[in-house]
Amino acid sequence: MACFLVPAAEAAVVTIAAHSLELAEQKKAQRLTLSGNHTTLVEENPLPWSRKLKWLTYLLWGGVLLLAFEHVWHGEVTPWFPFLTAASNPADMAEMLYEMSTVGVTMAVIVTAVWGVLVACATVLLKRSDLAESAR
Amino acid sequence: MTLLITVFAAVFATVKWYGQTDSRWNLAPLCFLFWGASLMWLVDAIFEYMELGADYFAPALADMVNDAYLGLSVVALALVVWLVILLVKDPQGTVRAALRKGKG
Repeated sequence: MACFLVPAAEAAVVTIAAHSLELAEQKKAQRLTLSGNHTTLVEENPLPWSRKLKWLTYLLWGGVLLLAFEHVWHGEVTPWFPFLTAASNPADMAEMLYEMSTVGVTMAVIVTAVWGVLVACATVLLKRSDLAESAR
Repeated sequence: MTLLITVFAAVFATVKWYGQTDSRWNLAPLCFLFWGASLMWLVDAIFEYMELGADYFAPALADMVNDAYLGLSVVALALVVWLVILLVKDPQGTVRAALRKGKG
């Protein structure tokens, strides 16, 4: 009904966090360059947190976009007020909120968990390649 | 059916991403788009399975056709979104070069 709204809310929060983190990392890199230390953050860490968070935003926004399209397809989302057909009567509204709290929350949790596994694998792979390079 | 088509699209996009030696096609956003949607539809499918049981795997033909049509439309939408991202980011500089030359 409107389960995609929960991952959409998470996506909005993560997008803001990723942008502010990227700005902070850029400022830190500039400070390092100004102080004469020419090793940039990218050289130090090829996988900064802003990049990892961007992966999560892509996963969440991608899923939200395609699910929103599916809801339009099934007539659950309309381009006119109140936009969600279930919001027009209290019985449907209760069902919609129940679905958001079950299916929607599970969607957000699963996507975040898979992203966590992805980040863990990427970190391990990067460490392994660094070890292999230093062994040469 | 929608989940199945999206998973196939996600696998195909990921294999293409893995096979490319540079990022000139900017395939990463397309992979994330398909995988994000696949995960969300997987959760939807699990909840539906919990509700319907084995009947979930025996949909009516009309529902299956409609779901397949939806799946293909979803893939088309994702490809259009990816194309817009590709043209805006323009990793090969083709758009910028065409604009400078006055091509097209």
